[in-house]
Amino acid sequence: MVLVGELSLWIALLMCAWSVTLSFAGGAMRRADLIASGERGLYAGFGFIVLASAGLWTALITSDFSLRYVAAFTSANLPVVYKFSAFWGGQAGSMLFWCLILAGYAALATWANRRSVRELMPWVTGTNALVLLFFVATTALASNPFEHLEWVPADGRGLNPQLQNPAMAIHPPMLYLGYVATAVPFAFAIAALVTRRLDAEWLGAVRRWALVSWVFLTVGIVLGMWWAYVELGWGGYWMWDPVENASLLPWLTGTAFLHSIMIQEKRGMLRKWNVTLVVTTFMLSVLGTFITRSGVIQSVHSFAQSSVGNWFAAFMIFVIVATVWLVAVRLRDLEPHAQLEAMISREAAFLYNNLVLVGIAFSVLWGTLFPIISEAVRGSKITVGESFFNAVNVPLGLLLLALTGIGPLIAWRKSSVQNIQRQFVGPAGFGLITGATLFVLGIRELYPLMTWTLSAFVAGTIIQEFWKGVGARRQMYSENAVIALGRLVARNRRRYGGYVVHAGIVMLFAAFAGMAFKLEYDITLADGESYTAKDPYGREWTFTNEGLSEFKALNREVVAIALRPTVDGKRLPLITSEKRQHFDSRGNPTFQPSTEVGVLVRNDMDVYLVLAGVVQNKAEIRVNFNPLVVWVWRGGLLMALGGLIVMWPQSEKRRRQGGYVTELAPAAKMATG
Amino acid sequence: MQPRIKFLLGGAVVLGAAGVLMAGSIKNTAVYFLTPAELQAKVVADPTIRETGVKVGARVVPGSVERDSSGKRVVFDMTDGEATYKVDYRGLIPDTFSDSVDVVVEGRLGADGVFQATTLLAKCASRYEAAPEGYKPATRASYKAAAPTTTQRLN
Repeated sequence: MVLVGELSLWIALLMCAWSVTLSFAGGAMRRADLIASGERGLYAGFGFIVLASAGLWTALITSDFSLRYVAAFTSANLPVVYKFSAFWGGQAGSMLFWCLILAGYAALATWANRRSVRELMPWVTGTNALVLLFFVATTALASNPFEHLEWVPADGRGLNPQLQNPAMAIHPPMLYLGYVATAVPFAFAIAALVTRRLDAEWLGAVRRWALVSWVFLTVGIVLGMWWAYVELGWGGYWMWDPVENASLLPWLTGTAFLHSIMIQEKRGMLRKWNVTLVVTTFMLSVLGTFITRSGVIQSVHSFAQSSVGNWFAAFMIFVIVATVWLVAVRLRDLEPHAQLEAMISREAAFLYNNLVLVGIAFSVLWGTLFPIISEAVRGSKITVGESFFNAVNVPLGLLLLALTGIGPLIAWRKSSVQNIQRQFVGPAGFGLITGATLFVLGIRELYPLMTWTLSAFVAGTIIQEFWKGVGARRQMYSENAVIALGRLVARNRRRYGGYVVHAGIVMLFAAFAGMAFKLEYDITLADGESYTAKDPYGREWTFTNEGLSEFKALNREVVAIALRPTVDGKRLPLITSEKRQHFDSRGNPTFQPSTEVGVLVRNDMDVYLVLAGVVQNKAEIRVNFNPLVVWVWRGGLLMALGGLIVMWPQSEKRRRQGGYVTELAPAAKMATG
Repeated sequence: MQPRIKFLLGGAVVLGAAGVLMAGSIKNTAVYFLTPAELQAKVVADPTIRETGVKVGARVVPGSVERDSSGKRVVFDMTDGEATYKVDYRGLIPDTFSDSVDVVVEGRLGADGVFQATTLLAKCASRYEAAPEGYKPATRASYKAAAPTTTQRLN
C-alpha cells in the first residue's frame, strides 16, 4: 500500500498535467471531447492523490519507520488518533494534505457545475488542475513524504506533545479546508476573465465557495486560538504571531469579498475590486501556507532557505503576473454598471467595510513581513511587537464594529433621514445607556468602554431586526413566535444567517475588550497552604494547594497539582495543572517536559492555572484571571453556525419568495438558456 | 459634491489615519532583530545599544541549559556559530524550549556580557519545521548521535 501510494503521487502529477493541457486546449478550441478528457484527467488525479494519501496513512498507522516522515513524527506507542493526525504534523505530509483537499474541491467544483456554467468549466477545471499541478509537483519533488531512510530505526521520534491535543487533530484540517477552498473562487475568476463572462454566472458559484472557505477558516482560526490558550500556557489566545496572522489574512479579505459581492449582485458595481479580492484571498492563502510551513518569517536565516520556499515564491510571482495581465486585457469588460448614488447608502457602508477590512489586512501583512522588508531596505532586521498590531487594529476594529451595526440597517442606493431615525434610535440608545452604565460602574479605559458601547449598539440592531421580522410574520400569517422565527430565518437565510454571524462578531469583540482587565499572580505554595487574590471584579479568591501527585500514564510521567478555589466563602471544583514528560516505547524520554494548564471556565471569567515547577515540594504556580474568555469560543461557534445557515442550500423558487432576486438573474437565464 | 468624491475623501481620511497610526507605532515598537554576531558588531559600533532592547535569534548550545527547578528561570548559551552569548531568562519557560532548539530572546545585553532576557520564544520543531533542517536521521551515525541510549539497548 505504501508503495502504491508513492507511485500514485507520480501518476497524479501526470494526470494534473494532462488535465491542464486538455482543459485549456479544449476551452480555447471549443472541443467537447478535449474538455471531457480534461475533466476525466482531474477526476483521475483526485483518485490517485486519494491513493497516495491512503498510502501515507497506512505507513503512519502501521508505523513503517522506513519512511523518514513516519520516523520523524510518530512513535510506536503514540495513540492511533495522533498517528492518523501526524499526516499533517510535518511539512511533507501537510503538503500532501493540501493536494488531497484541493483535488477533492476541484473534482467537486467540476462535477457540481458541469452543466450549469459550461462555458466557464474548461477554464475552471484547467486552472484548478494547474494549481494542483504546482502543489503535487512541489510535494513529489521538493518535499516528498515517501522519502526513505537508509536504514529502519527501531522507533520513531514521536509527535511533539503540544500537538497531542484533540484541537490539534482538527484545527489544521479546518484551516487547510479553508485555505484551499479559496483556490476555487480563484479558478472561477480566471475562467470568467478568460471567457469575458463576468456577470451573474460566476457570482453564484464563487460566493458559495468563498463561504465554504470562510466557514472553515473561521472554525480553524478559533480552534487555533483555543489550542494556543489551553496548550501554550501563557494565558492568552492571540499574540500576533506570524503563523496566526497568516491564517487571519485570507479571512479578512474573504470577509471583505463576501460583503462586496453583494454590491455587485445588487448594483453591478465593484467588478474589478471583486476580482482583485478573489485573487488576493487566494494569494494570501498560499502565502499563509508558505509562512506556516517554511519557517521563513521567524527564522533566524534569510528568506527562502528551503527549496519549498523557492517553489512557492516562483508560483506566487507567476500567479500574480498572469492575473494582472488578464485583468489588464479585460479592463473594459470590468467597467461598473452603476455609480455610487449617495453617502448614506448601504453601498457606501459596505465600501467602508471593505476599506477597513483590507486596511486591517494590509497592516497585519505589513507588520508580519516587516522584518523582511526592513532587511531588504535598510539591511537590518527590525521586528514590530504586539503593540504595533494593537495600536493600528484596535481603532480600525472599532470602526468595523460600528459598520457592522450600520450597514445592514440603511437602504440600498440612498437612505432617507426618516429611515435612519426610525432604524437607529433604539439601538443607539441601548448602546449609549450600556456605555454610561459601565462608566458609572467605574470603567474608565477608553477602548474597552467604546467596544462595549458599540457592541451593545450592534447587538441592539440585530435584536431589532429579528424582532421586526418575527413581528411582521406573526401579523401576516398569525404564527406563534417560535415558528415565525424559524421560518423567518429559513426563508431569508442569507440575511438572518448574516445577522447570526454578526452576533458572533459582537461576542468576540466584547470578549477581546475583557482581556484588557486580566490579572496575573505568581504564587509559591506548599501542600495545604493557601493564597488570597483579588479578581478583576473585585471579589476575593482563596486558592488552597490540596497536594501534588505523581503518576504514570500511557506514554508519559505526570506531576500534577490540585488547587481548591473558594470565592466569597463558596467552594468551587478543583483545578488541576500537570507537568508531563513523554517517553517512547522503550522508556527513553522524548521532547522536553510539557505543561497541561487547568482552566475553571465561568461566564464572567476564566481562572487559568499553570504549574511552572516544583521546588522542595513547593509548587510554583501562576494563576490568571482572564475575563470573558468563554465568549470568544461561543462567538466563534455562533459565527460558524451563521455561516452554515447562509450556506445551507435553498431552492431557487424559495429564494425568490424570500425576496432575494439578483437584478442580473434574468440575464443569466438568457445567457445559459 | 458627488457621492463618489465624498466616499473617496472619507476613505482617504480612514486610510490616512491608519497610516499615521502604523508609522507612529512602528517607531515605538520596532526592535532590532539580530543574530549574536550582528549583536557583537552593533555593540562595538554603538555601545548605547545596551540600553535599548533588542531581539536575538539564535540556537541554544547543547548541554548549556541550566534550569532552575522553579520552572521560572533558565540560563543557557546561544550561538549562531560565530558569536556566543550567555542568556539569563526569568519567567515561565515555554514547553518548546530545550537543548539545541532555535530561540528568539528579547531583552538587553548587560554590562557583564550576559543577555538579560524578558521574553523567550522557542520554535516548536514540527510546527515551524523547515525542510532542510530539523530531524535528519538520514544516516545511521546521525541517528546514533541523536539518541545514543536507543542503540545501546538494542545491542
